[in-house]
Amino acid sequence: MIRLPLVLFFSAGLFGIGVYGVLARRNAVLVLMSIELMLNAVNLNLVAFSQYLQDVALSGQIFALFVITVAAAEVGIGLAIVILIFRNRETVNVDEIDLLRW
Amino acid sequence: MTWQEWFFTVLALIGLGAGARLVTAKNVVHAALYLVVTLAMVGAVYLLLGAEFVAWVQVLIYVGAIVVLLLFGLMLTRAPIGREALDNQQRVLAGIVAVGIIVGLVFLIDGAFRGERIDTAAATTTAETGSSIFTTFVMPFEVVSFLLLAALIGAVVLARKEDPE
Repeated sequence: MIRLPLVLFFSAGLFGIGVYGVLARRNAVLVLMSIELMLNAVNLNLVAFSQYLQDVALSGQIFALFVITVAAAEVGIGLAIVILIFRNRETVNVDEIDLLRW
Repeated sequence: MTWQEWFFTVLALIGLGAGARLVTAKNVVHAALYLVVTLAMVGAVYLLLGAEFVAWVQVLIYVGAIVVLLLFGLMLTRAPIGREALDNQQRVLAGIVAVGIIVGLVFLIDGAFRGERIDTAAATTTAETGSSIFTTFVMPFEVVSFLLLAALIGAVVLARKEDPE
């Protein structure tokens, strides 16, 4: 038996750390890592609720698997974009990529 | 506290500590290695909760593939070392927002789910997960495989070197 709030607290902590990382980091790859942290927090919640509700179809776990797949696709595309930006602009700092800023 | 809760608390503290080091690390490669620790701890929590297949997918995909991909990304781009080079000026504001989110969520969770328990004895096997994917969720599964194909092609098209002519 594990108390449900404990798991949810862990997940909330990971999410908050991820938010801090996304807001405070300049390096695009580090921002991607922080996004992974937030996605992991969400997955943890999905799995915890799936086990808590004793769902026969395991919807929460399957949804967590889908989120992992989408995260993999997101990192692949994201890194391709980051490498392309680096090739063109010699920087991966997100605050220096301001070509479209008004 | 049951032994599962003690074990969980240790895993969660290691995971949160590594996560905090990840967003404050001065060296990008260290940040990636802290990410490995956090992801491994989340995987261990999945095992503890009884979600066997998700735990091993977490180890294979996240620790095995995504972190390696991120390390490649770090090594193909110039990664400066030092806090000023990696963080922007909004650090204090970001900290306030993050602490606000954590405190808000903790109050919300404590108010909504105090005393609720997860029965870890009812672990789900890989066979159950597989039959659920290929019966109830077969359509989303196909859609997700198409998404992966699109991402693969997209990444190749984006990262490919332009032809000189």
